[in-house]
Amino acid sequence: MFSNILIYFVVIPLVMMLGLALCRNIKQIRAVAVTGSVALTALSVWLLVDYLALRAAGATEPMLWVDSWQWFAPLNINLAVGVDGISIAMLILTGIILITGSFASWEIPQPKEFFLWLILLSTGVYGFFISIDLFTMFMFYEVALIPMYLLIGVWGSGNKNYSAMKLTLMLMGGSAFLMLGLIGIYYHSAPEGMPLTWNILQIAEYDAISHGWQKFLFPMTFVGFGVLGAMFPFHTWSPDGHASAPTAVSMLHAGVLMKLGGYGCFRVAIFLMPHAANELAWIFLILTGISVVYGAFSACVQNDLKYINAYSSVSHCGLVLFAILMLNTTAMTGAIMQMLSHGLMTALFFALIGMIYGRTHTRDIREMGGMMQILPYLSVCYVIAGMASLGLPGLSGFVAEMTIFVGSFEHTDLFHRVFVIVACSSIVTTAVYILRVVGKLLYGPVYDQHHMTLTDAKWWERVATASLIVSVACIGFFPNFFIDLIKFTFSPEIFTVIGLN
Amino acid sequence: MDYSQFLALKQEIGLLIVFLLVFLYDTFASPKGTKAVPMIACALMAVVTAWGFCPVVKLTESAFSGMYFTSPTIVAIKNILNVGVLIVLIQSIKWANSEFTAIRRGEFYELILLTLLGMYLMISSRHFLMFIIGLETASLPLCALVAFDKHRYESHEAAIKYVLTAVFSSAILLMGLSFVYGLAGTLYYQGIAAALYGNMGVMLAVALAFVMAGFGFKISLVPFHLWTADVYQGAPTSVTSYLSVISKGSAAFAFLVVLTQVFGAVYEVAWEWMLYALIILTITIGNLFAMRQHNMKRFLAFSSISQAGYIMLAIIGDNAMGVSALMFYTLVYIFSNLAAFGVIGAIENATGKLDMSDYNGLYKTNPRLAVTMMLAMFSLAGIPPFAGFFSKFFVFTSTLNGTGSTALYVLVLIALINTIISLYYYLLVVKAMFINDSETPIATFRSACSERLGMWICVAGIIGLGIVSYFYDYLLTVVA
Repeated sequence: MFSNILIYFVVIPLVMMLGLALCRNIKQIRAVAVTGSVALTALSVWLLVDYLALRAAGATEPMLWVDSWQWFAPLNINLAVGVDGISIAMLILTGIILITGSFASWEIPQPKEFFLWLILLSTGVYGFFISIDLFTMFMFYEVALIPMYLLIGVWGSGNKNYSAMKLTLMLMGGSAFLMLGLIGIYYHSAPEGMPLTWNILQIAEYDAISHGWQKFLFPMTFVGFGVLGAMFPFHTWSPDGHASAPTAVSMLHAGVLMKLGGYGCFRVAIFLMPHAANELAWIFLILTGISVVYGAFSACVQNDLKYINAYSSVSHCGLVLFAILMLNTTAMTGAIMQMLSHGLMTALFFALIGMIYGRTHTRDIREMGGMMQILPYLSVCYVIAGMASLGLPGLSGFVAEMTIFVGSFEHTDLFHRVFVIVACSSIVTTAVYILRVVGKLLYGPVYDQHHMTLTDAKWWERVATASLIVSVACIGFFPNFFIDLIKFTFSPEIFTVIGLN
Repeated sequence: MDYSQFLALKQEIGLLIVFLLVFLYDTFASPKGTKAVPMIACALMAVVTAWGFCPVVKLTESAFSGMYFTSPTIVAIKNILNVGVLIVLIQSIKWANSEFTAIRRGEFYELILLTLLGMYLMISSRHFLMFIIGLETASLPLCALVAFDKHRYESHEAAIKYVLTAVFSSAILLMGLSFVYGLAGTLYYQGIAAALYGNMGVMLAVALAFVMAGFGFKISLVPFHLWTADVYQGAPTSVTSYLSVISKGSAAFAFLVVLTQVFGAVYEVAWEWMLYALIILTITIGNLFAMRQHNMKRFLAFSSISQAGYIMLAIIGDNAMGVSALMFYTLVYIFSNLAAFGVIGAIENATGKLDMSDYNGLYKTNPRLAVTMMLAMFSLAGIPPFAGFFSKFFVFTSTLNGTGSTALYVLVLIALINTIISLYYYLLVVKAMFINDSETPIATFRSACSERLGMWICVAGIIGLGIVSYFYDYLLTVVA
């Protein structure tokens, strides 16, 4: 079991939790958190290099490092792992955000409990991305959700009890639909005479789910994951939850956890039930289209920095689901790029907001101004994050959104084209709310003279923000590298498995 | 007469010997010597539990002209109950030695062992006469147990409520059984099943309704649940924990046996729909009432009502997987609920506090108790990687096994949505302990050795039962 490299993505966090439990002071806790997350990131980078080498050498299996260990034999439940380019990209994203999140919560109160929950959360995330067995995938998915309650409830700010409960119940509500969908998939996974299976690759190979059942199970799973992907009208947990969460949790949640939604929609709902996806995509296109536009407009009228960014996440994550539903290679590539781009960018935003809030003790943009004079480093970072978000060429947002809209426009029918045009309008709206914040918050006269005494970023804050900016710029400057990484999953011979293209 | 058939009763005989030993010791020991009764009872119960796992005779056997029946499945459910009773006995040592209880502590252990014997008979019987004997043996000592805290008014009130309900429900059950006897002319399960085959009439529907109502009282399914909250609140905490897991688990299994063995032929035309309605009502109403409770014992009473609804989900699928899912659910439920009751009991014994608001800030003063309680709540709510997640998952999977009709998918969806409601109130407890601040938190205290042992066993079960696949696999092989 331990000969497979993937299992270490779950083992390392567990070891970290054990280490944290033994820690005696804050320095040891910081050391464990940073060492562990650096180790995880290094492991995923190593995986990336190895993956590219294997693909270059001609490996053609849909997933590499595939392995399966029996767990509940009578139900054919296995701990099955395997990764392709998309999973690896997500693993790297998680690693980067975990490192920067650890730096961003350098001075958190009750650090031991905080990091224990945070690492439990990341165990769930890592487990989810490496699993190819529906049962273990779902289990890790729920493991990632529940620590949020205590992380927000104990360490959060503002209306934290309400937000924590709302977020937890809505996300678990999504997973209720999901669980029914997954059990349904299991019972229709194999043709007559073959043993039923939870393994994604096998289910896709059998393609045995009848069209009638697909029409029932597809909405279940898509809505289930869609709730976490902040699909309209199930997005309302996102603004409240993100606004109340402590910095590192907002970063991980918006940066990584919301990606679980998009990833799950792609890997389970669409990959396993392509026929229903083809027929029912229009319903969800309308809903995600609303997410994209409505999220952007909502962000325009908010005054709380975290609310602005949370609504902008609704808009950007809506774009991920929107692109996935276009069901063609270009748009889906864009969706994966957008997941990466949004994950890094929004983590940067939330880190900066947390740092500013830690100094000014307010997040209301009406009560701040002229930050560029006081906190030049943080302000410049904020501008860069804003530019990435509104799609400035050279940064990640541009590449992702461009690919999405070009891919989406490949559909020639009126319905798709109208919706693409409507969704495109969000680019303009994004510019409005980003520039509004930049103008009010960073430029102009200093609003509150008390702010004059504030000090600029500490070293750990510089590390956190700089590494995120470098990652955002990397995607912006070298998009082809990432497209090469994920294209194999969409290459024709694999994609015909799901009967599209 | 073939005396070898007594060998099939090996668990009953073992339990009876333990009961007699405890009873004789308690009667004849000096007042000083009775101090050892709790320890002796626990030790002997541990021996009986271990004895249950020893394969002594060939396992599928019926005795006494088919009135008594045992099989690996039945041995397994009895073992599960044994484990639960053992934990209850360990947890109640401190309480049994307390000021008001000490003088009667022997009675507590004797009555508990006696009710367990009744439950054994209930599960093993294949003839309704024997079933009723088992049922009454299980019910009547429980009434005395509920009234055990003589000095507390609530305990009396609860006992009266319990005794009236128990008698009333037995009467209803007997009424139903007399109709069944009228239709079939026999009280043997097999005979009834053969006589009823393909014979669906109004009379059978009425009889079935009565039987289900009778069981409904025992398992406290809505709308037969009204006694539950008051009795749970009034009874001593040790008795409440016994009522909520052991009594409920055994009745649920007996219900499964009666429905499948006796009324198996009329599954689709009759009881599937009755049970369908009962499940929806039980889960939903149990949940809705649990949200509004402030007393921890009342809270767990309503939570246990909704949990009973989930147990019924394993029956409605009417397949072998459901039997193992039911047993696994009962096993996990025993550990989770007893962990919760262990914490409640420890806090009650130390401070006398039972209100949810008393738990505010518990994590700061008693972190271990708070974490144990949190694990119990997460397990009851079905959060992975704790055992409750797996048991719920297997129950849902078993419901959809077999026919997998649309109606059952709808039922599972309703149950799943209800898990979210239940998560809300379980999280309220977690919130009280971890998030809320209190000016007068429960002072830091060290719980008794026995209480800690009980909680450690429960925590080990909550963490291990799900992740280690052995237990569920074992139950499945036993059923098959």
